[in-house]
Amino acid sequence: MQTSAAKNSAGAAIGAAPPGKSRRQERERRLRRRSVIVATISTFVVLLLLVVLIPMAPGWEKVQKAFFNGPILIKVFPELLQAFLVDLMIFAWSAPIIALWGLAIALCRDARGPALFPLRLFAILYNDVFRGVPVILVVYLVGFGIPGLGLPRPWNSPYLWGTVALVLSYSAYVAEVYRAGIESIHESQRSAAKSLGLSHAHTMRYVILPQAIRRVIPANMNNFISLQKDVALLSFIGPVEILRQAGVQKSLLANFTPYLAASIIFLAVTIPATRFADHLIARQNKERS
Amino acid sequence: MKLQLHGIEKSFGALKVCRDISLGVNKGEMVCLIGASGSGKSTLLRCINLLEPIDDGKILLDGVEISDPDLDPQPIRQRIGLVFQSYNLFPHMTVLDNVMLAPRLIHKTSQAELRDQAEALFVRFGLTDRIGHFPDQLSGGQQQRVAIIRALAMKPEIMLFDEVTSALDPELVGEVLDVVRQLKSEGMTMVLATHEMGFAREAADKVCFLEKGMILEEGPPEKIFAAPREARTQEFLRRVL
Ligand SMILES: Nc1ncnc2c1ncn2[C@@H]1O[C@H](COP(=O)(O)OP(=O)(O)OP(=O)(O)O)[C@@H](O)[C@H]1O
Ligand SMILES: [Mg+2]
Repeated sequence: MQTSAAKNSAGAAIGAAPPGKSRRQERERRLRRRSVIVATISTFVVLLLLVVLIPMAPGWEKVQKAFFNGPILIKVFPELLQAFLVDLMIFAWSAPIIALWGLAIALCRDARGPALFPLRLFAILYNDVFRGVPVILVVYLVGFGIPGLGLPRPWNSPYLWGTVALVLSYSAYVAEVYRAGIESIHESQRSAAKSLGLSHAHTMRYVILPQAIRRVIPANMNNFISLQKDVALLSFIGPVEILRQAGVQKSLLANFTPYLAASIIFLAVTIPATRFADHLIARQNKERS
Repeated sequence: MKLQLHGIEKSFGALKVCRDISLGVNKGEMVCLIGASGSGKSTLLRCINLLEPIDDGKILLDGVEISDPDLDPQPIRQRIGLVFQSYNLFPHMTVLDNVMLAPRLIHKTSQAELRDQAEALFVRFGLTDRIGHFPDQLSGGQQQRVAIIRALAMKPEIMLFDEVTSALDPELVGEVLDVVRQLKSEGMTMVLATHEMGFAREAADKVCFLEKGMILEEGPPEKIFAAPREARTQEFLRRVL
């Protein structure tokens, strides 16, 4: 976003540089300025209508008190932020495990030779199962089911089994993205490596994977942005993270504003991350064309 | 003989691409395969390099059969260099790493020695100043020369070239053909699929004309180009010359 803005202004600066400014550039600059003005005005009008019209609805006052309560928002914000650290922590240790386990699954799927067929079968079943079952169900089944076996202390932690549930689900998605990346590398790269006498494993490790992984970074970033949100699902099995904390506050204060506060905190992380992923995708598309 | 092909047969599904191909290449000899697009030149080279399994026939290297399906093709491929029309350099590595990758993984020599050997190759083919560049920073001709160096770094006993100048702008063709000439003068055994008739005529020891997967005619270039025996060869040469 920022860099492209910077690039645009740099481009404009070059365009504005007299005396080389062509009539086409001048025209384009005028058009650009006009469209910025139009967009600003129309946005402003829409916002104005929202601000004026919504409060005219009969139930607005009640909704405002229950959901958009300023004092409550300020009051619960620090505690929710604290609880969000738990989300970040769970994310921080889950993400690398998912990245590696997903890669392992993708490689199993690509295993060659009849002796390795069980690996391939495992990877196919794994992907079918965990992409087919909603994450929340996996969280419930693993998070309640396994500690329910009566395991001793560190082994019944909801953090542990919650993480396992997230890893199981998300590795399937990530593996699928890796596989698409591996398949997108042109066959001629494999031929070249083979013709030099490289083994299948060496070809994968040094020729295919470095290119494939790089190519799917943006796609995988979208997976990890979803993961960041789905960490909140662990609230259902115990950890006092942001969603659970917001629920507690909601009950205490008999007000829904804590949920709004939690949403704001999530957005503060996911919007920049999504923009960044989009930016990477746009840059990759430009490079490839 | 360095390389012998006996009755090679190869099909893709119902499509027969090589039919009963037999060919001998002596040590230090350069053989050119010519023929229309789709006549099976690339496929034949890929079969010799064991990238494609053959359906029938035998390939002998130094009198030893290498096409036996029970053999591990990997160490054999290391003895046979193959250069592709589209260079196929590894875009995520510098040119030097492209060249050093296979020797580093396969030959058990020290890193420093491998580097010296790789650099010597770059010197020999006049690319010293490009060593640290990435493939996309090089011209097509330079990339193709790097691809040749990469194959040479494995110290192959024979080199196969698949239309290595077809993707190049005309003014870059010469620098790549010069490399091939240099290799020939150094005694390398080579098989080339090529559309460069002038080069084949000037540099080849033997020319084979392929048509629908068969070697229709073979012989020294003077004979093939000046007095082709087969009507199809005459027609092909009339079209391309
Ligand atoms: N992997 C493959 N699968 C199926 N058919 C193939 C395959 N590779 C080549 N062919 C077919 O085999 C035939 C011979 O192809 P080949 O590439 O060997 O010809 P060529 O003489 O090298 O042609 P060109 O001059 O265009 O490179 C063609 O009809 C081609 O479509
Ligand atoms: Mg070809």
